Amino acid sequence: MENNTAIKDRITAIEPAAVWSEAGDGLFKVPAASFRHLAEQLRHAEGFDFLRSLTGVDEGEEGLGCIYHLENTGTGENVAVSALDTDRENASLPSVHDLWKGAGFNEREAYDFFGIKFIGHPDLRRLYLRDDWKGFPLRKDYDMSLNPLNMENEEANDDSPSYVMTKDGGYILKRHPLFEDQEYVINIGPQHPATHGVLRFRVSLEGEIIKKLDVHCGYIHRGIEKLCESMTYPQTLGFTDRLDYLGAMQNRHALCMCIEKAMGLEVSDRIRYIRTIMDELQRIDSHLLFIACLSQDMGALEVFFLGFRDREKVLDILEQTTGGRLIQAYNRIGGVQADIHPDFVKKVKEFIKYMRPKLQEYHEIFTGNVIVQQRLEGTGVLSREDAISFGATGGTGRASGWACDVRKRHPYGVYDKVDFKEIVLDNGDCFDRYMVRVKEIEESLNIVEQLIDNIPEGEYLMKTKPIIKLPEGSWYSAVEGSRGEFGVYLESRGDKSPYRLKFRSTGLPLVSCIDTISRNAKIADLIAIGGTLDYVVPDIDR
Amino acid sequence: MKRNVDIKSMKYEDFNDNEYIEQMLKELRENGTNVIVGCLDDVIEWGRSNSLWPLTFATSCCGIEFMAIGAARYDFARFGFEVARASPRQADFIMVAGTITNKMAPVLKRLYDQMADPKYVVATGGCAISGGPFQKSYHVVNGVDKIIPVDVYIPGCPPRPEAMLYGLMQLQRKVKAQRFFGGVNKSISEKEYEKLMREDTNKAEDNRDYDESGLA
Ligand code: SF4
Repeated sequence: MENNTAIKDRITAIEPAAVWSEAGDGLFKVPAASFRHLAEQLRHAEGFDFLRSLTGVDEGEEGLGCIYHLENTGTGENVAVSALDTDRENASLPSVHDLWKGAGFNEREAYDFFGIKFIGHPDLRRLYLRDDWKGFPLRKDYDMSLNPLNMENEEANDDSPSYVMTKDGGYILKRHPLFEDQEYVINIGPQHPATHGVLRFRVSLEGEIIKKLDVHCGYIHRGIEKLCESMTYPQTLGFTDRLDYLGAMQNRHALCMCIEKAMGLEVSDRIRYIRTIMDELQRIDSHLLFIACLSQDMGALEVFFLGFRDREKVLDILEQTTGGRLIQAYNRIGGVQADIHPDFVKKVKEFIKYMRPKLQEYHEIFTGNVIVQQRLEGTGVLSREDAISFGATGGTGRASGWACDVRKRHPYGVYDKVDFKEIVLDNGDCFDRYMVRVKEIEESLNIVEQLIDNIPEGEYLMKTKPIIKLPEGSWYSAVEGSRGEFGVYLESRGDKSPYRLKFRSTGLPLVSCIDTISRNAKIADLIAIGGTLDYVVPDIDR
Repeated sequence: MKRNVDIKSMKYEDFNDNEYIEQMLKELRENGTNVIVGCLDDVIEWGRSNSLWPLTFATSCCGIEFMAIGAARYDFARFGFEVARASPRQADFIMVAGTITNKMAPVLKRLYDQMADPKYVVATGGCAISGGPFQKSYHVVNGVDKIIPVDVYIPGCPPRPEAMLYGLMQLQRKVKAQRFFGGVNKSISEKEYEKLMREDTNKAEDNRDYDESGLA
């Protein structure tokens, strides 16, 4: 790629110590000491403003570290940089939370999983696991028996630790209180119907106004990434459906794409058509559920029933071909599980005809409603800069005016062959986030309509070896999931199971920006904000 | 006294044999009950079994199917389950829909403890039954029955809505076969049960320092 050579030269110019490593997609290896300088240059001089993914890794002898996938949203350039610290006992890296806000939560995750201390991070608590958890589970030498089931209730820890560099190169641990003594803090969740699953907020209030919000994740942290490391490639597929279960098709598509890329396998056109259609049907399903849940949170119960009524129609179509309603297990490495059902085309066409007028119904009952408009318009504004900096992709990013659709940025499947609009609105408030999704249903219908008649003949499953082994290297692929960029980072050491598999969560950036956008909002608006951000908690926690 | 277990719209025979409930019925028949208490029991159980209120508790994928049975197509309101409560104080049973992780386990236990007796637990899906696909994980509880007593298991990943309804009807059968007066029929005697509950609630609180300055 032309782009790539240019950026290669520029990076070597900034940091001569950076080594380009060719295996897989290729990435720059930078010594931990000079990483901060390179990151600053990349962010400010080169305009890499979007941190796509931050992955903690345990490279054994080579040490612990992180891999940063960066993108320049202006030019579309991509680069991956890895920084490793060889000292396993006291691994530390400079924090980049001030360059990319999204790094804040991701670094907490890497600290939680690998015990990498990020110097300068203001709040380096564990993100998922309990504060009294022993050890770091994603390290290769982690001992499972360290942490038996602990039934004691968790203490609320109001201290946030941070590591500060001293002059002589060491660092000291500082603790700041999370909330002041006099602050009025209320707890929401983890079992609360409006948090969409088991997310927990601690909110500091002044009257009705939110002053600060602290997110607690991890109540549904299932350790999927670690589990994957002991599974063969076909086995790992099963977990993707269960991450963001409203984007089951797309998630699995991403992992299959990543593995196929590593294998050097081209899939037939038929497969790409089928996958694209399925992705879009899944998106419609997810967005319908979004409307249903948002309306239920806001007390409009009727729309909940409407949403589910239409969603069942999509599920029927999916079920006929895949056999599953929610967890479809349809994509496979090198194709799909089964050919489409003979009635599939007919059913999909019927559905398109059915769905278009129904959308009007939502507008009449919900969108046009005064209460809805007053509660959604102008609340929870996320600016474009913040959206990029946090990496809040998907409908949320597009409502803030950031054209972040992976289907346009890095086309996959047959998205380069279809003609569709990327819906971008620019108020960044709750109402726009809602509108983006409703309009996307329409666009998805358009995409499906263009493809459904032209599914080419061909194989639905390519021939692969019975045991799949990938060459050494690392790869990253992304798809546009139902709620943003869903990425897969895969590192292989030539085995039949991955060395490290990381899923770029679509929801984590969304909850990391919730503090920023809900400050100075009313506590009741938090429900609307959470509803329109449309996160799925198992996808955040993984 | 003989007691029948009828569920609206589904005949007794339509359920496949459920040894556990047969056993409960046998016990009831053998021990016999006072006619008046028995009749009262019947009426109360009939009412209770047809208005079981679930706690809205969904941690992951299975929760979406739980919502689906709440919506119009599967509609569990037909069997009296529609009043999903957000507060454990008002709920009759908790439907554990989804994976329970180590961090969630104490919270789930607390929710269960907060529910008013008689209370029931339905373990929905592979995860709640045994840890499901995540059994080998470092952060997943291998079955909620490790922490709270389970009345009905509904297998599946996720179970189909029909399966969930079937499971809930099994719960109704169980409620019907119980004695409201004289013990909740939890396979242990009332005395033992009470003792257990006492032990649980009287467990020494961890010695937090209470700030007593504000007390008069
Ligand atoms: S049993 Fe399956 S569908 Fe249900 S929560 Fe577990 S993984 Fe999800």
